[in-house]
Amino acid sequence: MSIAQLLFYVMSFIVVASALFVASTKNLVRSIFMFFITLFALAGLYVLALADFVAITQIVIYVGGILVLILFAFMLSGKETLNVLQQQKSKFINLSKLPAILLGLLFFVVMVNVICKIDADNLVWVKQVINSNNQIRPNDEMINNIGVNLMTRYLLPFEAISILLLMALIGAAHLARKEGKA
Amino acid sequence: MITLTDFLMVGAVLFCTGLYMIVSKHNAIQILIGIELMLNAAILNLVAFGRYDKLNNGGQIFALFAIVLAAATTAVALAIILNVYKKYKTIDPRRINNLKD
Repeated sequence: MSIAQLLFYVMSFIVVASALFVASTKNLVRSIFMFFITLFALAGLYVLALADFVAITQIVIYVGGILVLILFAFMLSGKETLNVLQQQKSKFINLSKLPAILLGLLFFVVMVNVICKIDADNLVWVKQVINSNNQIRPNDEMINNIGVNLMTRYLLPFEAISILLLMALIGAAHLARKEGKA
Repeated sequence: MITLTDFLMVGAVLFCTGLYMIVSKHNAIQILIGIELMLNAAILNLVAFGRYDKLNNGGQIFALFAIVLAAATTAVALAIILNVYKKYKTIDPRRINNLKD
């Protein structure tokens, strides 16, 4: 077993375990900070998928931006948010959660079935790329290529997303403004 | 060699965890975290397939777009959550059952 494979299993174990902890814990603050660990380990997985630029972006935007934003909203919404959580009974297996758990598990079964059926490593185009020896290699410099592609081939989606970001910015500012001043 | 199927499996687990959170949680912030988990599962799949697209970098670039979209979603959703909290003094989605007028 190579070192990359070992790292992959460690990272994916951290991702899955912390995601399950996020989903199962009663304490909102703990779940937010565990989500932090999930995001970091996911950045590690992106590095192992040879997408280092995406990994850096994940850390900068998700960990630096979104998580701080979530914490901020949590602080602003006061202790009422915690009271809602504490009202739930602290039984080990909560029967009211059973349909949700069942839904998640069944959906997981369906997805595993699909993944096994398509057999992604033997897809035609993936095989072609591997045979022509054209996949990304660990010592390739991809950031240059990403920049050029972003400004040429993917210019239209890039512009669309910038318009959407502007709309979201204005919308969020409009929603969060003080009432009365209109 | 890490196979594509490994990545897809991790993505499937993450997606189902997110789905469970969305369905079962009584707190809008936790539902938002569930949505983020599902988005991250999708991004993981994009990145895993993007490895085999060296010339065009489709997977990685759309992963970047998805991250930006997630940021925009979160900003708007949190603004909405704060407004809902101001009006109802709770962010439990089950107890928000009135429209504005």
